[in-house]
Amino acid sequence: MNGKTFKSSMRARYFKQKLFFGAVRLSALLITLALLGILAYILANGFRAITWEFLTQPPTDSMTKGGIMPAIVGTLYLTVGAILVALPLGVVSAIFLTEYAKQGALTRIIRIGVNCLAGVPSVVFGLFGLGFFVVFLKFGSSILAGALTLGILILPTIIGAAEEALKAVPQTFREASLALGVSKWNTIFRIVLPSALPGILTGAILGVGRAAGETAPVMFTAAAFFTAVLPKSIFDEVMALPYHIYVLATAGTHIEETRPLQYGTVLVLIALVLGIDLIAIVMRSMIRRNKRW
Amino acid sequence: MEKDFIIRTKNVDFFYGAFRALSDITMDFEKNKVTALIGPSGCGKSTLLRLLNRMNDLIDGTRVEGEILFEGRNIYAPDVDPVEIRQRIGMVFQKPNPFPKSIYNNITYAPKLAGIRDSGEIEALVEESLKQAVLWDEVKDILTKSAMTLSGGQQQRLCIARALAMKPDVILMDEPTSALDPISTAKIEELIDTLKKHYTIIIVTHNMQQAARISEYTGFFYLGKVIEFNVTEKIFTNPDVKQTEDYITGRFG
Amino acid sequence: MSTYEKAEHMSTMKIRNNVLTQHAKEIAIRNLFGFFAFLSVLLLGLILLFLFREGLPLFKKISLADFLFGTAWYPTYEPPEYGIWPLIVGSLAVTFFASLIAVPLGLLSAVYIAEIAPTRIKEILKSIIELLAGLPSVVLGFFGMVIVGPWLQETFDLPTGLNIMNASVMLAIMAIPTISSISEDALYAVPREFKEASYALGATKYETIIRVIIPAALSGVSTAVILGMARAIGETMVVLMVAGGAAAIPEGIFDAVRPMTASIAAEMGEAPFRSGHYHALFATGIVLFVITLAFNLIADYISNRFRETGSGTL
Repeated sequence: MNGKTFKSSMRARYFKQKLFFGAVRLSALLITLALLGILAYILANGFRAITWEFLTQPPTDSMTKGGIMPAIVGTLYLTVGAILVALPLGVVSAIFLTEYAKQGALTRIIRIGVNCLAGVPSVVFGLFGLGFFVVFLKFGSSILAGALTLGILILPTIIGAAEEALKAVPQTFREASLALGVSKWNTIFRIVLPSALPGILTGAILGVGRAAGETAPVMFTAAAFFTAVLPKSIFDEVMALPYHIYVLATAGTHIEETRPLQYGTVLVLIALVLGIDLIAIVMRSMIRRNKRW
Repeated sequence: MEKDFIIRTKNVDFFYGAFRALSDITMDFEKNKVTALIGPSGCGKSTLLRLLNRMNDLIDGTRVEGEILFEGRNIYAPDVDPVEIRQRIGMVFQKPNPFPKSIYNNITYAPKLAGIRDSGEIEALVEESLKQAVLWDEVKDILTKSAMTLSGGQQQRLCIARALAMKPDVILMDEPTSALDPISTAKIEELIDTLKKHYTIIIVTHNMQQAARISEYTGFFYLGKVIEFNVTEKIFTNPDVKQTEDYITGRFG
Repeated sequence: MSTYEKAEHMSTMKIRNNVLTQHAKEIAIRNLFGFFAFLSVLLLGLILLFLFREGLPLFKKISLADFLFGTAWYPTYEPPEYGIWPLIVGSLAVTFFASLIAVPLGLLSAVYIAEIAPTRIKEILKSIIELLAGLPSVVLGFFGMVIVGPWLQETFDLPTGLNIMNASVMLAIMAIPTISSISEDALYAVPREFKEASYALGATKYETIIRVIIPAALSGVSTAVILGMARAIGETMVVLMVAGGAAAIPEGIFDAVRPMTASIAAEMGEAPFRSGHYHALFATGIVLFVITLAFNLIADYISNRFRETGSGTL
């Protein structure tokens, strides 16, 4: 046939493909550069501030000296509180959705509810926390209010991860257990849940990472710019790493002077969150490799 | 001598939604005998098997009509707990499905939940079940190893031992050897022959030769109906219904 | 009681008792768990309730139309003006420009991961995107404020580097992981038969991706884009630190804006409890909640329609 025309149109098609693949690779590159660039800048500017003193001492001299220890502690309290709220609630909800619920209106409503909860902006959670926990329930600006608000924020994440982990348990395990005359609840509690536990844990770790980095929800419900002493009860206010960064960088009285400390705090927060996320990623690939069914 | 029928089905219909998967099944299963259910794919034999221990309860939108009597009592009566039925009617599945636990814990899992506490009793139970399943010699030194490390044939015998540990009256087997190699298959067929002295066995099988080898009674299913149900020898040498003969001789299915 | 005894001594009375307690227990567990699962829905309703509780009082002073479309946001003046139209435009502007960046990058990276990349690179890129997703928004806001801002200021000779452009770039970084991972799932879900048919007809990989795979995954990809945009419009800290803070309708991409989220976060600390300003901020929260809810419901609807019609919206 027309050998020559055929060849040249193939060339044109392959050229288009080359352009497209180039664009695709470029986007992957840009994304990688974005991450590495951000990390590099923060690391370069912040590592000087990381000293033992920085991590273990409270701030002094209007935050221009000293450390961020209370913020680290505060973030810890808030995050632990959040997971204490979200994990049991999330796992129970996931168990209902995967093991007990029948395909019907109720299940759909719950799923839509969880999806929409996942989409609520963090500042709206902050407003809710303020209106409900701080004011209505009279908890005041406190660890309790902050942890509850954060817990609701990460609840959809936990439910999603738990559901995925439960669904991954082979149906044949359930069948074997039921066929032995074991009740449904015992089957879930002694066979399904233990098998799903690594996946659930991975989800919990990711939830912790998310909660640690949130600012807006704690801004209205728990955070104080400066607390003179560490919190003694759950009704006390706390400092928190994300909030600390925000205030130092925008509203503090010595913005330029505290810049190195800001970088340091950002570095600590990134190390914390990315460290947590990396643990989860590694856990997840270990689970995938070790699956013996 | 009067025959003891431990399970009897009376005019059983089974529906998936509007689809009638089983029509008017009336069969009597004799105690301490092996009954085989044969037929082409999708004819309803596995469906019937799963009705006998109420495993089809797990599927939404299904309906059972008629009665299934176990020791004279209808197991689908509203006051009957399926969990207890399954403690007395056990099941072995087509693909071996041991739990991701040790061999020992696989066997003790259900008896412990049913209330056996005494550790001496439990240990004896493990040994007895594994011996009955002809697995004891192979695993007695590795009881704490994970069941997943066993071969396919061993895993299936473990599943049989696991079912035996509940001391059921009836054992339902859903194509138990179709996923196994010939040697494991032979071992399990031998095992079934010994087991029938103490248990009633109802086995679904794709393999006609297997049915002919090991069963006393055979039921031939087609499109959700029992076409013929009789002594095995008769079914395989001189069946009454032409359809049965066609299936046996390989003209279809 | 051992199994043996149970089997031998089973009487009708015992069956009935056992059944009652066992059955009751199972039903109790199911209902309890169902209640907790339903809690998510209740929480959503509760959020709406309390937003309304603290936000509705505003509308005694000002009509809904004046609130939504009024172009003057001067909540601290005497008399205060509560028109959030500039805030809404600010949110829409940064979301729009962020999407211009994030949608191509997110989609192309998803294509790369799903169709083109070799396995090792795929795993690495997926981890990179996941780590990017994990970056706290305050960190991105800080970066935008301290590095991108001054750079923009110098390069384009601007009075300030805190503007729509800056916010859009940083928001795009936040939205890309969402768009990428959801699109990636959608691309994976395209049945192999479609791809094989295309290749068998002599199409190149590029042509197969553009003409067969992406159209087949269209609903999933649309969902990804919508959710990515929802993420951008709901973002607080980034826009708070980087968008400039001027509650005015922008005229160019280097103008400063104040999206709704930034306004709420910035001013809540100063608004006296249950003052007009306070109510106005809650009312802004309601608007924000409704907008993001709409995005999520649309995305949900699209992905459900996809499941019902099976594969192939060619």
